Amino acid sequence: MSATTFGWLVLAFPLAGTVINSLGWRVLPGRLPGWIASSAIFLAFLSSIGALIKLQDHPAEERHLVDSLWTYASTADFHVDLAILIDPLSVFMCLVVSGVSFLIHVYSVAYMTSDRGYSRYFAYLNYFVFSMLLLVLAANFVILIIGWAFVGAASYLLISFWYRRTTAVEAGIKAFVINVIGDVGLVIGAFLILDKTGSLDFLQVFSQVDQTFTRNDGTLVAACLLLLVGAFAKSAQLPLHTWLPDAMEGPTPVSALIHAATMVTAGVYLIARMFPLFEQAPAAADVGAIIGCATLLFAGTVALVVTDLKRVIAYSTISQIGYMVMGVSAAAYSAGLFHLMTHAFFKALLFMGAGSVIGAMAGIQDMDRMGGFRRAMPFTFVTFTIGALALAGFPFTSGWFSKDEIIGSLLNRGGLYAVLGVLGYVGAFMTAVYAFRMVFRVFQGEQAPEARELEGGHMAHGDPVNPMTGEPEDTDVGFPGPEHHIAERDWPMKAAMGPLALLAIVGGYIAIPGVDNVLEKFLEPTFADSRFADTHPSTGAEWIGLVIGGVISITGIGLAWWVYIREPGTAARLRERFPRAHNFLSHKWYFDELYDAVFVRPATTIGAFCRRVVEADFVQGTIVGGATGIVRVGTSFARSIQTGYLRAYALLLLLGVAGLTLYFLLNSS
Amino acid sequence: MDITWYLVLSAFIFAIGVAGVISRRNPLVVLLCLELMLNAGNLALVAFARMHGSEAGQVFALIVMVIAACEVVIGLGIIVAMYRNRLPIDIDEMSELRG
Repeated sequence: MSATTFGWLVLAFPLAGTVINSLGWRVLPGRLPGWIASSAIFLAFLSSIGALIKLQDHPAEERHLVDSLWTYASTADFHVDLAILIDPLSVFMCLVVSGVSFLIHVYSVAYMTSDRGYSRYFAYLNYFVFSMLLLVLAANFVILIIGWAFVGAASYLLISFWYRRTTAVEAGIKAFVINVIGDVGLVIGAFLILDKTGSLDFLQVFSQVDQTFTRNDGTLVAACLLLLVGAFAKSAQLPLHTWLPDAMEGPTPVSALIHAATMVTAGVYLIARMFPLFEQAPAAADVGAIIGCATLLFAGTVALVVTDLKRVIAYSTISQIGYMVMGVSAAAYSAGLFHLMTHAFFKALLFMGAGSVIGAMAGIQDMDRMGGFRRAMPFTFVTFTIGALALAGFPFTSGWFSKDEIIGSLLNRGGLYAVLGVLGYVGAFMTAVYAFRMVFRVFQGEQAPEARELEGGHMAHGDPVNPMTGEPEDTDVGFPGPEHHIAERDWPMKAAMGPLALLAIVGGYIAIPGVDNVLEKFLEPTFADSRFADTHPSTGAEWIGLVIGGVISITGIGLAWWVYIREPGTAARLRERFPRAHNFLSHKWYFDELYDAVFVRPATTIGAFCRRVVEADFVQGTIVGGATGIVRVGTSFARSIQTGYLRAYALLLLLGVAGLTLYFLLNSS
Repeated sequence: MDITWYLVLSAFIFAIGVAGVISRRNPLVVLLCLELMLNAGNLALVAFARMHGSEAGQVFALIVMVIAACEVVIGLGIIVAMYRNRLPIDIDEMSELRG
């Protein structure tokens, strides 16, 4: 089989899983839907490996295989195929997406056991993976946009999965609306590119970018900025990030899959895929790099004070994606994608650990209530700590290599990028602090009552209440069953967390400076035409960067240890000392309040005005009322003729015939 | 004999029929008057046929007779149905289709 056949198989398996699970929800017993979905993703992963092997058979210059299944649209000189592009970048994304998704599916098999929407959940999950793979395999803008919109829809379905929770439904709507803003940006950007180049196929567009556009051409910069809007909305970058923390309303494996490992990295993929456009429009690339840097600093500060465990990880995700966006915008493509991969490993792992802890806490997510889970959940403790070490960039973990490769590339390019690189170190310091703030507050310190219970072998069973608002919940539909709480006790959860913990450590060894850089060599054919293909920091500089990164990471962890273990009251004292700063940060820089005041409330006011005045007076009163009035007058005349008397009809008939006869007689003479 | 006389007679019979259809309330009489109108037409057809010396008009007259028979069958059927349902035998009372 050729590489493209494997590419189609990658798409076919998750789609088949979706269809089977959505049609068979009534008949599939027990955990079967979960295993069907997991095996579908596993087969997709195997197909990705097949595509990888077949792709490596081709010589390096020919590793861009396009295969079309059928023509999607064809008019005069415009032609769109349902086509996939197999090149190192898309195969790399397929491997990461399907590999991490498979482990998260396995985790979900246990985690969602008691849920009433078990089959529905796996149908959605498979649908999401299918959409994501479609997105990364797309060979033209149309298929890309379809996949892009599909993942948005899947994200909406999964955030609102427990649809009896008002907070979950609102979070789903928020995510969908912000994602649609990005979709619009992406579509308009694609239009601009189509208008100038006359094509939507990636390879064709890329091959003629340099002839069509001058450097920093206005249209191209505009198109790239619009693509960035799409990337920022999907990847939760400033100022379109507000949906991601709220998206934590979904089940925890969903947060791990969509809102940490895969979907939110679609923006990074987009920027990397569009690199010929961004290199011809460096102004837009600079905007991307600056926004990425601003986002990573902003989200880092918020993650330092938020107390909701999942939201800390969510802000950490925003921050880490900031690194990736900064990297790929600054032409450090393989570094950005390397961080994408390692981040998928350790962030999915952190979410799984958080899910395990939240299960043990009977749904409570507030870190203020947690503590001392170390002995109650040793497996989760070890894996979560590994994830946190990788996130913090502790030496010889995967995050250490990937984060510093980005910063090293930035410093190497100098100028503005060097400033961004230094700020990246500041972000890395905050990362280390908040990562170990989680570890110390959840697993160390005084034991929470739930931890003590669990150590004695009892699972905490809370009342079915909404953890966000404390409202009682309807457990009949659209809500996990009363037996939902599972804390690392089921083997599939461990089976998923173990390999990820391993990958979180060794995932970085594929690109050790001075030893080998497997990833960069593999991705090289995709980025061969890049202007910055040959600008690499020297091995010595990279190792200096790594040492600096390691020192920063250890310092950050040490600070967290000092604040939360050595002097446990320090955090509270700081909060009292700087109440304004704490308030500002714990309100997430007032972004939600700002958007509420600027967009949401005016929109609801306009809506209310339209309903009251435009709808009632103008539409109902003038247009509808006028139309019905005319019809009513006409019909009342027509009705008055219909007397019901036979003779009246006969007379009218006669008069009509007589009139016609007279008319013809007069005309004929 | 001049054809005018036939046509005048035909017109008179037709007018009598029209007057009957419009003014009478008994459906039987209305049917009779309809027959008058049809036969007035027949008379005119036959008169023209004779004037032109061709048989086309006569054939038409025969067809009109067939139609008249059909119409009487339906009309009388309706009247019998009205009678069976103890409805008043008066077409002005049958005005439910008023708009």
